[in-house]
Amino acid sequence: MLTTDGRKLLASESSLPVANTNVIPPEGSTISLTSAYRDGTTHGTKPIYLDVQATTQTDPRVLDVMLRFLTGLYGNPHSSTHAYGWEAEKEVEEARAHIASVIGADPKEIIFTSGATESNNMAIKGIPRFYKKTKKHIITTQTEHKCVLDSARHMQDEGFEVTYLPVNEEGLINLEDLKKAIRKDTAMVSIMAVNNEIGVIQPLEEIGKICREHKVFFHTDGAQAFGKIPLDVNEMNIDMMSISSHKIYGPKGIGAAYVRRRPRVRIDPIISGGGQERGLRSGTLAPPLVCGFGEAARLIKQESKFDNDHIEKLSTKLKNGLLSIPATQLNGAHDPAAQYPGCVNISFAYVEGESLLMALKDIALSSGSACTSASLEPSYVLHALGADDALAHSSIRFGIGRFTTEEEIDYVIKAINERVDFLRSMSPLWEMVQDGIDLDTIEWSGH
Amino acid sequence: MTSVSSRQVLSLYKRMLEKATKFDNYNFREYSKRRIRHGFKQSKNESDPAKILTLYNSAVNDLGLLERQTAISQMYTFEKLVVEPLKKHVRHA
Repeated sequence: MLTTDGRKLLASESSLPVANTNVIPPEGSTISLTSAYRDGTTHGTKPIYLDVQATTQTDPRVLDVMLRFLTGLYGNPHSSTHAYGWEAEKEVEEARAHIASVIGADPKEIIFTSGATESNNMAIKGIPRFYKKTKKHIITTQTEHKCVLDSARHMQDEGFEVTYLPVNEEGLINLEDLKKAIRKDTAMVSIMAVNNEIGVIQPLEEIGKICREHKVFFHTDGAQAFGKIPLDVNEMNIDMMSISSHKIYGPKGIGAAYVRRRPRVRIDPIISGGGQERGLRSGTLAPPLVCGFGEAARLIKQESKFDNDHIEKLSTKLKNGLLSIPATQLNGAHDPAAQYPGCVNISFAYVEGESLLMALKDIALSSGSACTSASLEPSYVLHALGADDALAHSSIRFGIGRFTTEEEIDYVIKAINERVDFLRSMSPLWEMVQDGIDLDTIEWSGH
Repeated sequence: MTSVSSRQVLSLYKRMLEKATKFDNYNFREYSKRRIRHGFKQSKNESDPAKILTLYNSAVNDLGLLERQTAISQMYTFEKLVVEPLKKHVRHA
């Protein structure tokens, strides 16, 4: 493009669109809302990924295994008449064994599904439906994942009664509450292992013991726990577990249900058909996904110590860096044994979580579960913990995983410190707090 | 039985680290470097020749994996992260 006097138009003179953020720093301010350190021209622009509770990167080692099945090994693992089928079946069974060994199960007890949501549906709907002649009651908690709560609600429509156990301010259930809630006609108890929003670990072993004593099936949603915390289905008396592949650096679209064989857990299957997967989940298996999942499971077991040490180190650094900001609070359990370090949920008082997320375009974060992040409603999990609306609104979840680097955590600490400071400098509430006014004593009048 | 010399081990270590830097994806690149260093450091004092041979062979397989996966990473490239310095020639005007 040439200008009227014939010289070449400089890039800076053309009308290039200018990057736009909703929040603009005050004039004279040195902070940038698009990048914590730089003016954005010397470094990339893609946000740092800190949302591993939503999903994880596919590990290159997993992809390497999967590619074999997307190229040469395309046989149907259920074809028993030729070598294509046999080789696929052998690999699928190896994958099943890798998954089983993470939780101390027998490979025959692993049923492949499309993901943890399907496994949860399979459990919450399948067990009570099978035993409906004598059992009419389901126990779960208020902080379960949406798919468990929604399935439970669905079972209420089918005539079952559901008890939603409350949790304490740390997100843990009270075992006495559980004991009292169990009735003669209770079909199952479903309590998640690691919470997806705050990362608390429920006392699975104690829950399993209570369930076994009362001869009630115990299902646990292990999507966030599988491979990340020590799990043993026999020691913990777990009868059924939901597992997801894409939370452990495996492919999306595949998961599994652990279904105990002795004492046998009977399920009314949701999907009927050719009788694959012990008749509990018919349909042809997808070897690329199944074997990718198997490799991810093998790796998460093999790399357990290395990964956990790394996550623990970064988690401690992040917590120290963020909790040093005034008026912040860590949500979750204080006992390190009851808290998964890779999930750090922090409330920043006097800042709205969604505005903070908007001001943090250079970091991929979530204020709660991905499934509900489209709605601006505050998290029901934090509500169940007794948090008020304001606190629930101002919470952000940081997910640390295998591929998070220390450099990224340093960046995040700096960025959050700056942005919280900036947003608070605009908040009249923060100004009042700084002046020593107790906000709870104010009577707000509506207009 | 053939034995592996420490020179061979060092050379493999160097080749693996070199390959790891070829990941276009920042997170995979940093992880691979960290994981390779850790792996070699952990087995530094291994003296059993049979064990050394097993470790060596498994690392050769890993080198093959790195070759394939770094090639894929270079074929499918994405924007750089905010913590990643841009190379001079792609820097904005």
